[in-house]
Amino acid sequence: MQLDDLNAIAGKHIGSRKKITLRTCMSAGCMSSQADVIKKNLEAEVKAQDLDAEVEVRRVGCMGFCGQGPLIGVDGLSAKEKLFEFVKPENAAAIVGSLKGGACDVQVGDPDHPFFAKQMRIVRANGGIVDPERIEDYIAIGGYKALHHVLTELQPSQVVEEVTKSGLRGRGGAGFPTGLKWGTVAKSPGAKKYIVCNGDEGDPGAFMDRSVLESDPHIVLEGMAIAAFAVGADQGYLYVRAEYPLAISRLQIAIKQAKALGLLGAGIFETPFNFNVDIRIGAGAFVCGEETALMASVEGKRGTPRPRPPFPAESGLWGCPTLINNVESFANISAIINKGGEWYASIGTEKSKGTKVFALTGKIKNNGLIEVPMGIPLRQIIMEMGGGAPDGRQVKSVQTGGPSGGCIPADYLNTPVDYESLNKLGSIMGSGGMVVMDDSTNMVEIAKFYMEFCMEESCGKCIPCRAGTVQMFNLLQKITQRKATARDLAKLEELCDMVKNTSLCGLGQTAPNPVVSTLKYFRKEYEELLQPDPFGPHSNGVAQQPELATK
Amino acid sequence: MNAAVATPQKNKIQALLKHASGDKRFKILEVHMKKHQFRQDALIEVLHKAQELFGFLEDDLLLFVATKLKLPPSRVYGVATFYHFFQLKPQGEHTCVVCLGTACYVKGADKIISGIQEKYKIKSGETTADNKLSLLTARCIGACGIAPAVTYDGHVAPKQTPELALEKIKTWI
Repeated sequence: MQLDDLNAIAGKHIGSRKKITLRTCMSAGCMSSQADVIKKNLEAEVKAQDLDAEVEVRRVGCMGFCGQGPLIGVDGLSAKEKLFEFVKPENAAAIVGSLKGGACDVQVGDPDHPFFAKQMRIVRANGGIVDPERIEDYIAIGGYKALHHVLTELQPSQVVEEVTKSGLRGRGGAGFPTGLKWGTVAKSPGAKKYIVCNGDEGDPGAFMDRSVLESDPHIVLEGMAIAAFAVGADQGYLYVRAEYPLAISRLQIAIKQAKALGLLGAGIFETPFNFNVDIRIGAGAFVCGEETALMASVEGKRGTPRPRPPFPAESGLWGCPTLINNVESFANISAIINKGGEWYASIGTEKSKGTKVFALTGKIKNNGLIEVPMGIPLRQIIMEMGGGAPDGRQVKSVQTGGPSGGCIPADYLNTPVDYESLNKLGSIMGSGGMVVMDDSTNMVEIAKFYMEFCMEESCGKCIPCRAGTVQMFNLLQKITQRKATARDLAKLEELCDMVKNTSLCGLGQTAPNPVVSTLKYFRKEYEELLQPDPFGPHSNGVAQQPELATK
Repeated sequence: MNAAVATPQKNKIQALLKHASGDKRFKILEVHMKKHQFRQDALIEVLHKAQELFGFLEDDLLLFVATKLKLPPSRVYGVATFYHFFQLKPQGEHTCVVCLGTACYVKGADKIISGIQEKYKIKSGETTADNKLSLLTARCIGACGIAPAVTYDGHVAPKQTPELALEKIKTWI
């Protein structure tokens, strides 16, 4: 495989396209509403209405507007694409008929809606456009050219430099500079190095990585291969949650196809560079999103974290230097190589560069995935793109960062979305889940919900997290049952501080965040539930001790 | 492990391997292990396959895996119990997994759970007495755009309500 061959595949594939394409979203969301049946019906209708010569029905990945699914995009009919929403299998005849000017009462979406218009797509550029199960589709839009450029024209150090220049920061949540991480792994001595892609998207309310893996698996594989060249690794692991069966099967297909074309495996692009990727399937443990726990899981062990240092960059999988990045981080790489680090750095704010994908869910009109430049005010995302809360209710707060993040009250909606600003508010960027809550939501219940999550997901290795989350949950339970006093609240705050500062890994260190942030902004809701202390404020309050409970 | 325990254990393994030779599923599992070159780090992959074949992971099956991968049984059992995805008890004929991710939760997934619990008198993680229905919960299946989502026998259904869920389950029982 060489550049000419790549271009030949692209040319042949583009040449075989028909005039009009019906793009059927076949991502997990739309699939749950029978997108596969819809596609079959559309194909049958195209044949039945004798439009075979000019119309093709294609499988594509996620278009983003999941709440309006199943979605069908139509290209080639008019200058602008047409988008059918809430499609049902029985609508197939009408949709195909409408291509010839027939009547069709299926809801048509507005491609200029702020939900689409305000987006800037880099990571999700191919979502809803390429067929995730056909590598030719990815090659046809210029895929694997970045890898070719890197392998034939750049030195590994130049690749690291380009990524450093881009200012890309880890999209898993913590925001560590990606270039710096790559540089450290590249410099670490060792004959064997590994690349790990963290696809253990455990945050409830987040599904960006699932969508990328399902819609455009090759962009992640290409990013991993470029990273492997930059740091000197020849083996990669893609760790995916078992809850994402569609993503797993599409990745398996993608790896097989890339290997068949010599884009993965030995001697890629006829250079001496070798790179293999194996899929590792998670088994339902939230803690495995933490990098050291994830590595234990890749090694086939219980997914418990270990103290850092040594960092994975020095001693990771089987003691070898290991580069761990999130799915979204890897998905940015090919664009950075193609368009240059400076181009990427021109997007976003001073400290947070590029774009970020968010999963907009909860009590909001427009549910789905959006990709926006960093620094965009939260208000634009929630009110303009998301359309605010449904049923005439008011947005009360936005939860970002999952169980490790916090709740941002509606008063702060003017905050720009970047790593630092969200941290200042007591929340985090996290992996990109944004759950909107309206004024009917009880914030203490939400804090309890997250604490229960952390309690169940605590791996049990360190005591502050294992025991602390149980105690905090019990206290929250007591508060919601209206049995707690001011003393219990004080104890809860004390515990938050203790668990945060003494836990071993990120799970425990951030577990109190939802409580701390709701206490900060919605303290009144807690206080309204408190009972007067029967022993008076200065007693030792023996009777008020929370009952000892074990998990 | 002391010698007194070691002998019955050895006998047990031998009996197990003999029993396994008559069951095609063990054969398939062994082929799968071979595909991974009996590598010990493939344990989780092997357990996934085992659960797919047998439905759940019983002790003998774990011992079989341990023997074949040359791992201590404690390690295999430790891994099987650590991850939520692995089931150590047999499941009912049908499974209903209610997603309890945040997006589903704020849109009323808790009401779906309590609706089913009330009607069929089972808690999450339990199976009905007639072995027809297992009720499970998931920590986000990534279908947040169509919340609340429920997985019926492996098929995700969008925008569920307690009524829709009970209606679906009724067709099974």
